[in-house]
Amino acid sequence: MTTFDTVHDDIIAPGRGHGAGRRLSLPLLIRRLPPGLALSWLVLAIAFLWAVAPSLFTSYNPLEGVGGEQLRRPDASHLLGTDALGRDLYARIVYGAVHSLTGAFVAVALGLVIGTGLGVVAGSVRRRVDDAIMRLVDVLLSIPPLLLSLSIIILLGFGTVNAAIAVGLTSVAGFARLARSEVVRVRRSDYVEAAFGSGGTFTSVLRRHVLPNSLTSVLAIAALHFGSAVLQISTLGFLGYGAPPPTPEWGLLIAEGRNYISTAWWLTTAPGVIVVLVVLAANRVSQSFGKVPA
Amino acid sequence: MSGYLLNRLGQALFVLWAAFTISFVLLQAMPGDAVLIKFQNPELGLNPQQIADIRASYAADSAIWVQYLQTIGRFLTGNFGYSVQAGVPVSTMLAAHLPATLKLASLGFILAAVFAVAIAFVSSLTPFAWLRGAIQSVPSLFISIPTFWLGIMLIQIFSFRLKLVPVINPGPWQELILPVITLAVPIAAPLAQVLVRNIDDVLTRPFVAVARAKGATRHWVLWRHVAKNALLPTLTIAGVLFGELIAGAVVTETVFGLNGIGGLTERAVGSQDAAVLQAIVVLSALAFVIINLIVDLLFPVLDPRLRTKAGATA
Repeated sequence: MTTFDTVHDDIIAPGRGHGAGRRLSLPLLIRRLPPGLALSWLVLAIAFLWAVAPSLFTSYNPLEGVGGEQLRRPDASHLLGTDALGRDLYARIVYGAVHSLTGAFVAVALGLVIGTGLGVVAGSVRRRVDDAIMRLVDVLLSIPPLLLSLSIIILLGFGTVNAAIAVGLTSVAGFARLARSEVVRVRRSDYVEAAFGSGGTFTSVLRRHVLPNSLTSVLAIAALHFGSAVLQISTLGFLGYGAPPPTPEWGLLIAEGRNYISTAWWLTTAPGVIVVLVVLAANRVSQSFGKVPA
Repeated sequence: MSGYLLNRLGQALFVLWAAFTISFVLLQAMPGDAVLIKFQNPELGLNPQQIADIRASYAADSAIWVQYLQTIGRFLTGNFGYSVQAGVPVSTMLAAHLPATLKLASLGFILAAVFAVAIAFVSSLTPFAWLRGAIQSVPSLFISIPTFWLGIMLIQIFSFRLKLVPVINPGPWQELILPVITLAVPIAAPLAQVLVRNIDDVLTRPFVAVARAKGATRHWVLWRHVAKNALLPTLTIAGVLFGELIAGAVVTETVFGLNGIGGLTERAVGSQDAAVLQAIVVLSALAFVIINLIVDLLFPVLDPRLRTKAGATA
């Protein structure tokens, strides 16, 4: 079931406007951006830069501690304090971005490719294949996502990539449902029937009309899944099924900080706040893409 | 109606069987198996012959389809096999761990429902737009918070800073306060989102305008006319909420060291105890299927408009 997001119609309207009508120049677009959305893009951009070029943001080594600097409170020299081995927490968060974000990218890409592929096939072909695929999707949806990813982790073993694959496979069902409903919706529209009527073959119509028109909502849900993938990967990291220590993965950072909860509050607080900010930003950006199914 | 019922039951059984098969394929096909992990340890001093005997006693080496048929037969009779790590039947373990999780989950769910209804109704009753916006953004914040981090932060603030909830030797109810709040947050978020959306949706209907025109106050309209119509569709996300509940239980029980199904799941993954995890997966698929079946059958009962259509849409 696809429900429409009525709360955020105010944000959708300008987005649709420039998509359909004249193209806006980039500076104008930026000025028209709601401040919350601009902030979200900024958060994502910074996180992305952390992942690409961490050394630009910090001069500390994320893996080697400095003697005598253990468990320092946040101050001017250590923005977010240091951990029990004297490692700068800010540096560890910056260098950890690549693990958390790559994991989320891999997860979303996997879910997007497999899920959308299945959904497009189900939406375009004959009844029997459609039924079979959608039954499979029903089954995948009936297993709680965390249990599904834990089962896959038992199968594949622990590690960053395996955790990403496990998280990605749990989103296949969601992508497949969405892609199918979009394809079915677009297929019924007049211009697609017209395209068939004017001699378009099945694949050409699919490529020229159906796919581009289904893309917006698929992209919106991909952004949404990106946020939830960051969350799920940090959960798996926290449980100890992701990257092994001393990798500065965000979930693992929180898990390690847990042992110093009574003395060093910053060790758990800071990485958690970063995860919340990135996930919030991803969700906000996803809403701006248009309608987001519940 | 009975045709619809049979159809839905058949679908439910199929989903259950398929979930069993998928979990079997995932968990029995795994490379390192639990028997080896436990008995290969050199400190136990077992020779290869003895290990082979033990493997034979667990039937770890018979053909995969034989194992599949045996396992399905056992599950049908309520026997979920042996946990290799713990050395006891899985059903015994589940029975021992279930009460703690049931208590946590039901309290968490009740609190989540209270949160969600409060968010939805306060936001639609409030006269100030800024307050409304602020309240309505709470669910998206709730959704973005890692559950495990929330639990740790609650311990940090309420146990260590404010010293309101003791960490050491808490009473049976005291130890549940923070876990229940932790679990309630991720469940309240989707619930509140759906409620807010439904209330907004129902408020635009003509019958609401009529009631208002007749002089009903906003409160009256909300409670007498809108609530009934807005609450019903929340049933459709019951399955999603159940998934959140399971994931929340695993994380919450791990953070707070509670001895429930969630903690059991976490330990089973750590020691690659496939039998335990498969039982948990199949049982939660069973619960999911039953919940959705009840929702589907309940809908025509609760909503008279669907009663005539139920047979036709099957």
